[in-house]
Amino acid sequence: MKAALQRLLPRARSLVRPIVESLLAGLVGLGVGALIMWIWGHSPLRAYQALFVGAFGDAYGWAESLAYAVPLILTALTFAISVRAGMFNIGAEGQVYVGAMAAITIAYLKMTTGWHHLTGLVFAALAGAVWSLGPALLKITRGVHEVISTIMFNWISRWMCFYLIANVLVDPRRAEKTVSIPRTARFPILIPGTDLTASIYVAVGFALLIYFLLWHTVTGYEVRAAGLSPTAARYGGISAKRTLALSFVLGGMAAGLAGAVIVMGVPPTYAEVTGLGYTMGKGFDGMAVAMVGRVHPLGILFSAIFFGGLSAGGRAMQGVGVPLEMVRIVSGVIILAMAVPELVRVFRLFRVFRLRRAPVGGA
Amino acid sequence: MGNYVLLLLSALHAMVPITLTAVGEVIGETAGLFNIGLEGILLINAFVGTLVANVWGPWWGLAAGLAVGAVIGVVFALISTYGKGNQMIAGIGINLFALGFVAFGLIMLGAPGFRPVVPEGRLPLIRTAAGGLSPLVFLALVLPCLAFLFLHRTKAGLILKAVGENPEAADVAGISVNVVRLLATTFGAALAGLAGAYISISWIGSVTKEVSAGRGFIALATVVFSGLNPLLVLLGGFLFGFFDSLATWMSNLPGLVRYAYFVYMIPYGVTLFVVTGLIGRVRFPKALGTPYTRE
Repeated sequence: MKAALQRLLPRARSLVRPIVESLLAGLVGLGVGALIMWIWGHSPLRAYQALFVGAFGDAYGWAESLAYAVPLILTALTFAISVRAGMFNIGAEGQVYVGAMAAITIAYLKMTTGWHHLTGLVFAALAGAVWSLGPALLKITRGVHEVISTIMFNWISRWMCFYLIANVLVDPRRAEKTVSIPRTARFPILIPGTDLTASIYVAVGFALLIYFLLWHTVTGYEVRAAGLSPTAARYGGISAKRTLALSFVLGGMAAGLAGAVIVMGVPPTYAEVTGLGYTMGKGFDGMAVAMVGRVHPLGILFSAIFFGGLSAGGRAMQGVGVPLEMVRIVSGVIILAMAVPELVRVFRLFRVFRLRRAPVGGA
Repeated sequence: MGNYVLLLLSALHAMVPITLTAVGEVIGETAGLFNIGLEGILLINAFVGTLVANVWGPWWGLAAGLAVGAVIGVVFALISTYGKGNQMIAGIGINLFALGFVAFGLIMLGAPGFRPVVPEGRLPLIRTAAGGLSPLVFLALVLPCLAFLFLHRTKAGLILKAVGENPEAADVAGISVNVVRLLATTFGAALAGLAGAYISISWIGSVTKEVSAGRGFIALATVVFSGLNPLLVLLGGFLFGFFDSLATWMSNLPGLVRYAYFVYMIPYGVTLFVVTGLIGRVRFPKALGTPYTRE
């Protein structure tokens, strides 16, 4: 009995510790947010109360939070896959735009429902993957750091999509938006009166797929091994170029799908507007989601609900006069806090709480 | 002919934020810290600079940029040295925070998305034969040369290189690695703060939540381009500044408006091109990007 406990304890600790760290980072973020609101003369207590009641107070709030979580799950996967492979692919932002544009092109096709959905998703995933090939090839052939190249690709895709929205995919009757996705390709609304559509199955399904791929297949093992120790992986006969390309393509597909679920699954417009109003920022927010979800597909599902709640509740918070942008301030501070690996220890210094030291060695 | 002089003048002005930021980052990277939060520092200080300049005048606005930039640099450096944090993630955090903070601040001031610098808050231009030039243009031309002398002709510059190249040896020689990195990064971030304040106070004359327009990242690309040589930063900064203003200049020509979107891509495409062409030949400090832990 005792031996079994001693075996289990380190395992439980390795599971609890990341959760504690994520919660702590969340608290730090909300704390700094409170400070900034207080400086600007708002009551943080009232704001946060409005936020959390708005996000999780009733079925309507939950549905809205989940609806906001859908694209975030997918963009968070993009970042998480690359981190697991030992890189920082911050190109999700641009890949989302490209994916959204590709999905909109299905508005010109006449198809039966179901097939129409599938076509949109495939188009978007392909577009995202193709767009992410640029940075991947630059890294493989020329050693260009992916942070630099993906940022440049983000900006290029932004101007390209501005052009597409204004000149190519434009709605002939309303110049401020693209053509809308036809009824045959719209994701059905799950809870009437909310924005929650069946697109959530796409996001959750893709997260589970990535989890299976990375943790239960040989290829996934190779990707993670290359991320943990490139040298050891090379000695083990793993091709770094292959894992690198694979992680970029998978990430690009996830981000492309995020673009698709936004235009095909957000009522009532089912389109993109001038200035990329619906997709802008989704890629960057996804990085925060991935960090708090410990760059793990299952953790991301929970952290996306938290961030979705921040966005959904942010609208309720506007009711007490605090702008939505507060949410992004909180996200930024959470990421800063998550960057510190010794976060728990820092807090232990202040004797806020203590974690018991695990028995060394074990069974 | 006058058109080309105007283009040159605007290229010089577009060069300033990229060059100042990149020179600061060269100092920081020489000591071993990689700060991708520069974009956020530019953005925050374009905002802070505007607020301060509107009340106390342009020089205080620039000073506020230096100070706030330094404060953010200290936070970043503390996380990346004593906190042993991941520099990439910390930098991403700064950028995201900046995006939210500036958008939030602009709305709280009752001007969603836009805040002009009042005429009294604008930095006076220096009259030259060709036209008005911001005083900071001269700073951007001189500072890379000073940084070059500092890195290659002083003992402090040598210490900086030692800390980035071989922190263990520097530690054994009695140099406090973390303190040197903290100072170098703070200096770099302060310059980025000054560059941010310049963008709103002296150059564009207003602040939006997108006023930095990726210039922090272009500065990072310039640093890569230069291979940590401040004199090449000057050349790279002018190159990027030139293409930046060429894009704006061309998009104002009638008949090209429809293709303005593509012209705006040029600086980013050129950055990719330049980085791709030169990366094979440049060498960076061995310990760049990794926190130092004493064995």
